[in-house]
Amino acid sequence: MAESQAILQTTDVVETNERSLFRKLIRNRFAAFGLFIMLLLILTAIFAPVIATHSPDKMNVTKTLLGIGAEGHLLGTDNYGRDIFSRLVYGARISILVGLGAVLFGAVIGSLLGVIAGYFGGKFDSIIMRIMDGLSAFPFILLAITLMSVLGQGLMNVIIAIGIGNIPGFARVVRGQVLSVKQSEYIEVTRSLGAKHSRIIFHHILPNSIAPLIVYATMSIAGAIISEASLSFLGLGVQPPTASWGSMLQDGKNFLVLNPHMATIPGLAILITVVGINLFGDGLRDALDPKMKV
Amino acid sequence: MSNELLKVENLEVQFKSGSTVTKAVNGVSFTLNRKENIGIVGESGSGKSVTATSLLRLIPTPPGNISGGKILFEGKDLLTLSDKEMRDIRGNDISMIFQDPLTSLNPVFSVGDQIMESIKLHQKVSKKEAKQKAIQMLQLVGIPAPEKRLNMYPHEFSGGMRQRVMIAIALSCNPKLLIADEPTTALDVTVQAQILELMKKLQDEFNTSIIMITHDLGVVWEICHKVLVMYAGNVIEYGTVEEIHDQPMHPYTWGLLDSQITESVEDHEMLTTIPGSPPDLRQEIKGCPFAPRCSYARDICFSKAPEMVEVKEKHFVACHFQTKETRLNRKERSTHVRAVVKS
Repeated sequence: MAESQAILQTTDVVETNERSLFRKLIRNRFAAFGLFIMLLLILTAIFAPVIATHSPDKMNVTKTLLGIGAEGHLLGTDNYGRDIFSRLVYGARISILVGLGAVLFGAVIGSLLGVIAGYFGGKFDSIIMRIMDGLSAFPFILLAITLMSVLGQGLMNVIIAIGIGNIPGFARVVRGQVLSVKQSEYIEVTRSLGAKHSRIIFHHILPNSIAPLIVYATMSIAGAIISEASLSFLGLGVQPPTASWGSMLQDGKNFLVLNPHMATIPGLAILITVVGINLFGDGLRDALDPKMKV
Repeated sequence: MSNELLKVENLEVQFKSGSTVTKAVNGVSFTLNRKENIGIVGESGSGKSVTATSLLRLIPTPPGNISGGKILFEGKDLLTLSDKEMRDIRGNDISMIFQDPLTSLNPVFSVGDQIMESIKLHQKVSKKEAKQKAIQMLQLVGIPAPEKRLNMYPHEFSGGMRQRVMIAIALSCNPKLLIADEPTTALDVTVQAQILELMKKLQDEFNTSIIMITHDLGVVWEICHKVLVMYAGNVIEYGTVEEIHDQPMHPYTWGLLDSQITESVEDHEMLTTIPGSPPDLRQEIKGCPFAPRCSYARDICFSKAPEMVEVKEKHFVACHFQTKETRLNRKERSTHVRAVVKS
């Protein structure tokens, strides 16, 4: 009887522990704000056709460079008469797509390389990590520009180019984590039970290395969004007339004096998004750190 | 089926780091019969854990390397098997229990998952059958309400219960040999006794042989049939428990026995210690490795390594002064050392 009561009590503790991660996150106001921004962005991207008031690509030469709120255009129009609000809403899709896609690409390949380097060590480690060092020797944006000129333009290529730039970071984070997890006694136990390397890696090492990976991935999304905006600003990213925050910024820069909100609005959208994601990432890191007491 | 389960011949293990080579195990030999238990004793760094992990070829390579010898398990030399064949043996024919039950279980999986993992690795069973077997194993190692416990995580278990789970995992495929690397060191005394009792009980049920690595001689007297005393990577004394307990021959074994707490030790009396510390295994050892710490050492001990001699039936010693003609008397030494400590 006492035994089963003890069991019940311990189960209670576990449940509160799992719930408390979310609670910890929400109690941190900055993280809650970050989460709100991210959810807003995601919902905007999903429901873009519903939210947008106009077609994002439809030009109207009679209504160019309208001010905020003029003639039913919530945030005015650009130099081709396209509705800035609708372009902003559709631009969120590109940002989200590139942000998630590039990070996923970088995380999958980077983690795989990091795991191989960390787990097998020796020559694998030296070769893989030296290549990673080589990749990260290039400034991120320079690397992306080079890759874009090799790959050619297009959304998919933007994702790949930024994704490749993300590989070394993930490889390093995962390798470090694997190096420490691999020393754990339960890994040796698993080996002593006759498990294959692949099983040890995917079933035991990766699940125990996931926490820092999640935090790093969240932070990288912000970086990827900025990179996409930068590439589009430079004309190497998503091709016109597709709306992207970077290309909107590029269009707006020629009208800074005449119509400053054309550039400031997409600029602000990028700023708020990136700050929001970073705040969320910070909060997530603190919530996952057992040593931090909120 | 021959009665001999495991025969280790001249096992040598080295660790390389840069240009220095550490000889962790230096020519270890012993045989183990079915349903027989052997204890490997010695202080930290004497090579007992390395010997045990080498049997399963689990030492990290590089830097580790089994540089010589044979490990004959049921007549097959484990050192010549492919990685795949070795994996089939691990956990299935030979399994291992580790020292620290607090870190031996993967924190992100439930206890049930981990028991089922070892079953599924070696037996073609459905998930349901594996689960049944896991429940049965938990019951066997004395964990109450196994159906409920199956879904719980390691952190919800106490140290003793986790070691029970480890035993359940190790025995789940009915191995012929169980290597226990200090299975009770991290547990408190009452739990130690329970775990030993459990291992004894299960050994009878599963007909398993046990290699017990420990520095607690009490554990050895309790469950082993044979003892292997190791020092600095060498076997210095090997024999049946009765022989080693009643008539230890090597001065180092005397030291080990004297440093134990027994009923004869009076209040406030200092326990006897062996002066000095073990030799640096990175350097070539000339002569007997124990000589610098041995109060009986003579010139020959520093210049010539003693060979293993069978002094009595089933009792081997590596000491120059333990042949019939030169036998030393342990009592003399004990009183001598105690007198030194007291003064």
